Amino acid sequence: MRLYCLSSHPNKPCYVLRFKEIVMMLDCGLSAQTALNFLPLPLVPSSRLANLPAWMPQDTVDIQLEGELKECMGRVFVDSAPEFCPPLTNMIDFSEIDVILISNYSSMLALPFITENTGFRGVVYATEPTLQIGRLFLEELVEYIEQTPKRNQAKFWKDILHLLPSPLCDSFKPKTWRLLYKLSEVQSSLSRIKVVGYDEKLDVYGALKVTAVSSGYCLGSSNWVISSDYEKVAYVSGSSTLTTHPRPMDQTVLRNSNVLILTGLTQTPTANPDTMLGELCMAVAMTLRANGNVLIPCYPSGVVYDLFECLSSHLDNSSLSTIPMFFISPVADMSLGYSNILAEWLSNTKQNKVYLPEEPFPHGYLVKTGRLKHYKRIYSDGFSTDFRQPCVVFCGHPSLRFGDAVHFIEQWGNNPLHTVIFTEPDFPYLEALAPYQPLTMKSVHCPIDTSLNFTQANKLIRELKPSTLVVPQSYTIPPPNHAHRSELVIDQESRYVISIQRGEVVSLAVKRQMAKVSLCPTLADRINCSEVRSGICLATITAGLYVKDNQHKILELPDETPVVPKKRRLSKSEGESSSNSMRYEWGILDMDLFIRKLKQEGISDAKVEQNNSGYIIHLQEEDTLIQVEEKSTHIYCEAADTQLRLKLRNILMQCLSSF
Amino acid sequence: MSEIRVIPLGAGQDVGRSCIIVQIGGKNIMLDCGMHMGYNDERRFPDLSFIVAEGPLTSFIDCVIISHFHLDHCGALPYLTEMVGYSGPIYMTHPTKAIAPILLEDMRRIAVEKKGDGNFFTSQMIKDCMKKVTAVTLHQSLMVDNQLEIKAYYAGHVLGAAMFKITVGSQSVVYTGDYNMTPDRHLGAAWIDKCRPDLLITESTYATTIRDSKRCRERDFLKKVTECIDRGGKVLIPVFALGRAQELCILLDTHWERMNLKTPVYFAVGLTEKANNYYKMFITWTNQNVKKTFVQRNMFDFKHIKPFDKSYIDNPGAMVVLAPPGMLHAGLSLQIFKKWAPNESNMVIMPGFCVVGTVGHKILNGAKQIEFESRQTVEVKMSVEYMSFSAHADAKGIMQLIQYCEPKNVLLVHGEAEKMEFLKEKIKQEFDLDCYMPANGETCTITTPYRIPIDVSLSLLKAENSKYNAQPPNPKNARVIHGVLVVKDSSLCLMDVDEACKEAGINRHIIRFTSTVRLEDPSPPSKTAEKLYKLFKEKLVGWNVGLTDGSISIESVLVKVEGSEDEQKNVYVSWTNQDEELGSSILEILQSMGHVS
Ligand SMILES: [Zn+2]
Repeated sequence: MRLYCLSSHPNKPCYVLRFKEIVMMLDCGLSAQTALNFLPLPLVPSSRLANLPAWMPQDTVDIQLEGELKECMGRVFVDSAPEFCPPLTNMIDFSEIDVILISNYSSMLALPFITENTGFRGVVYATEPTLQIGRLFLEELVEYIEQTPKRNQAKFWKDILHLLPSPLCDSFKPKTWRLLYKLSEVQSSLSRIKVVGYDEKLDVYGALKVTAVSSGYCLGSSNWVISSDYEKVAYVSGSSTLTTHPRPMDQTVLRNSNVLILTGLTQTPTANPDTMLGELCMAVAMTLRANGNVLIPCYPSGVVYDLFECLSSHLDNSSLSTIPMFFISPVADMSLGYSNILAEWLSNTKQNKVYLPEEPFPHGYLVKTGRLKHYKRIYSDGFSTDFRQPCVVFCGHPSLRFGDAVHFIEQWGNNPLHTVIFTEPDFPYLEALAPYQPLTMKSVHCPIDTSLNFTQANKLIRELKPSTLVVPQSYTIPPPNHAHRSELVIDQESRYVISIQRGEVVSLAVKRQMAKVSLCPTLADRINCSEVRSGICLATITAGLYVKDNQHKILELPDETPVVPKKRRLSKSEGESSSNSMRYEWGILDMDLFIRKLKQEGISDAKVEQNNSGYIIHLQEEDTLIQVEEKSTHIYCEAADTQLRLKLRNILMQCLSSF
Repeated sequence: MSEIRVIPLGAGQDVGRSCIIVQIGGKNIMLDCGMHMGYNDERRFPDLSFIVAEGPLTSFIDCVIISHFHLDHCGALPYLTEMVGYSGPIYMTHPTKAIAPILLEDMRRIAVEKKGDGNFFTSQMIKDCMKKVTAVTLHQSLMVDNQLEIKAYYAGHVLGAAMFKITVGSQSVVYTGDYNMTPDRHLGAAWIDKCRPDLLITESTYATTIRDSKRCRERDFLKKVTECIDRGGKVLIPVFALGRAQELCILLDTHWERMNLKTPVYFAVGLTEKANNYYKMFITWTNQNVKKTFVQRNMFDFKHIKPFDKSYIDNPGAMVVLAPPGMLHAGLSLQIFKKWAPNESNMVIMPGFCVVGTVGHKILNGAKQIEFESRQTVEVKMSVEYMSFSAHADAKGIMQLIQYCEPKNVLLVHGEAEKMEFLKEKIKQEFDLDCYMPANGETCTITTPYRIPIDVSLSLLKAENSKYNAQPPNPKNARVIHGVLVVKDSSLCLMDVDEACKEAGINRHIIRFTSTVRLEDPSPPSKTAEKLYKLFKEKLVGWNVGLTDGSISIESVLVKVEGSEDEQKNVYVSWTNQDEELGSSILEILQSMGHVS
């Protein structure tokens, strides 16, 4: 079993597992962090951005480079359509992939890069919410990029990386970065997804069984159990043990696996999600009281549902219930609609509501009562007339490089009354804000990441008891910005831990001794067992083997089928089916019994000699030697004397146990 | 051979009160626990004394599975759990769990308040009963205990209707509940994979019917409705509050919209809005089309259908009313029927199957006068139409399902005996399958082959594989595996003889024979050996003949030549007891030669 790591980001994972000749991709996450190197794409032309000074390396005059790089407050940005770093393409031929398993909608944004125009012929498995909400994520991203087209695609800066300032100079293989896929590629890619339910056993070419189990992280999020008859690999990616809106994490089936691959732990290990939610509510109320607006950059699904719920009730309790909340996303209506029909994927509390029947999330009600208003984009019908200040605006994209959030930051950036609150943990908030500096609006960092933290993860590992644990290399050392916090790592003391990082392949030795086959009952009925020790029986069998779809069956040998052509010709006695009656002798030969039996059969001239290794019996008259040792008996005789030989054989077999 | 036993307590050669006991691999499963709509006495509930005369039912039944929310499939569930005292697990899908209690409560109210039935379960009992239910999702493999596994498939009959596959060890049964093989306006078609169960228990409501296309039926239906309202008549459509009602509402609503019709369409209040809300909430269980468009326009927000009030019964002029219950056996639809039946310009359209004993059944069979308990008689002058809108599979659909899942046996339930008989013959002919149709209380036993899972040592398999692959490819070559089966603490493992001895902790005792043959050949021993080698190669085609260091090997039999350059050579043939046949044959060949030519 081999595991390849194609992504550098543990929360946007992409692994390939080769197991029993099946090539299986585990997630295909796409980190949008490369986008932070690019200038924002404003919806309306921004003179501020347009007038940023161009940047050139010192003492360099490179005409081709002109216009590619701009500087903002000491940071250099690429002025171009943003590019993304897809999973490595040089480790695995994507056309060889049999199956892709997707854990949740946030780890599938690279799917079109994998499945389109690569010769990919496999099948993709994901739960229904992962497909439906993943579609929203992909479509939103494509729409954000396409609604603000950039004419140029800068490329010459990639040739002079060494001359560029940090962090641009640390870019990983920027020449492999790619422009985002097209909508048609998204559609075609998503059409390859086969929807699966939790605890549904999927058969992969008869060789493996694959099952999604609830991971508690977001709607439809799953961990995967991949098993053959004897081995079990658990892939745990993006899990949560906190109580939020999704179905709780199911741990039982993950226990005692041979290999546990663990990734997708919290990106903000020092921030407690509950505390952050509290701080967020306070910051929002404070800003609104001072007549300022609040911008919360967000993804179109996920924690944002909890924010609607918590924030609206907090505002109610703070006598701010007249403040409107705006949710702006090309897929806002779909997201709000879908979340309320996915009852089977929700926590028990939410699920029980549909039995009443009430909508599981309050946002349907908030929309009906006008508290929450949603629009596809800021220039949608009605938005400008409905827009009232102060207000709370939820919109994308959390990187602040594209999407309607760019517009609000540009608009509100120079007013200290307004606040931008960062909740999505995917982007360092200061990086996100870098191209907008200097900024006078307040910024508050309340990252809400419900994924497992290190304490929870270590506890989980102790409970799951895997034989081998595989984690991203970054989990074996404390995070760079908390270098002294030695507790922020995966505990390696008590078990075998393999770490892996982008570009690496690890062999996971899973020793397999046995395979499962099924035995045909009619054959079983005819099997003659001999008890060799108390509780242990042996039976020699020769049977037909039937192999189909990697599944083996043992059946009776058909009488007519020649095992090897012409073999039967040699068979002397037609009646006796030789192979089926074959037995093996075992144990020590009882010499006294043997000699006695020889005498009974009329052989009385046996001369027994004892030597180092056993006995030599000489039948003088017949010129035959029998050499008896602990584990063998060897009869030397003249070929002509067949009768004697067969007689000896018979006697010997009577004296020995066999199975 | 092992057995699967099926005992229908209801739905055996009958429609209504579905309740089937399946015994499989030592487990007892109750499939559905329905109520009979045609009876008001103890016959309405399944006769549980049949399975256990006395004592707790819980120890006998391992689990109860409810296929869908129709009362003839779940109506007796509160009776089972709260009055008989079953306390084991109960499974149904989420929509069924949501909707069943509504229908149960509605039925209870009618039975107790309108008919004065004293021995009926209470509202609290319904609530307590539903708390014991575990909701399942489609395709989820749910382990009831270590051995018993259940899995739900989409059945398309009503919202949340499911077929269930029950597996214990290598045996399996599929129970269809009610199902529909053609997608309609709001539901998809039933689907199951090629799971090859030992037994398929299928409903057979429309065992002999091949229905015309859905479009024709819809057109006929709308034509009849329009004709009636055009002449100023009133149309009564008795329906269950949930299920076909939504299908007909979608049909009427879209038709009214398209034709810009003004005649009022009413849906009896009470359950209606709530019912439609369930459909909105469980939209993932509807068909692709409804799912795709629900954000823009929810199919279950009806524009032209208004809630009905009892006072409208006497309103003049045309109207269309959908009212529960569906078989005209009680409640509002019956009340309206009594009022409207004597007028020949009115019409009643029965959109589904009616069980024996109901008013619906009577008028469909042409009754022109209906008598009621209160000696009241009603003349039926209104036109009576039957439109098969029940979402049951027709004969073609049933055959299709058999084709899908490839069962080894078929058992028919939920149908009428004569029609079943017909279908049974058809299944036997077309699929060459054994088909059964036990009556209520009759035990049906099906023998199944069972497969025994065993372990095989990987090295044994690999050895076989390389041996097989070394042969010239020929699909006719049988693959042969030879080894020793080790039986230890109920585990079965096939390995090669040495592994087996090691596993058992014993030593093999090898018996070997070495026999000498004298041959005349005036050449060096190595030459004689070569000659013999060629000879064996020729004679023993298909055998593994080798020559190394002057020794010949034929499979595991060794032949060695000794002697000087003079005429006589000693040829030793040596083999183990297991090769006796081959060894002695080779010996014979050598003996018969005498000299090497
Ligand atoms: Zn039904």
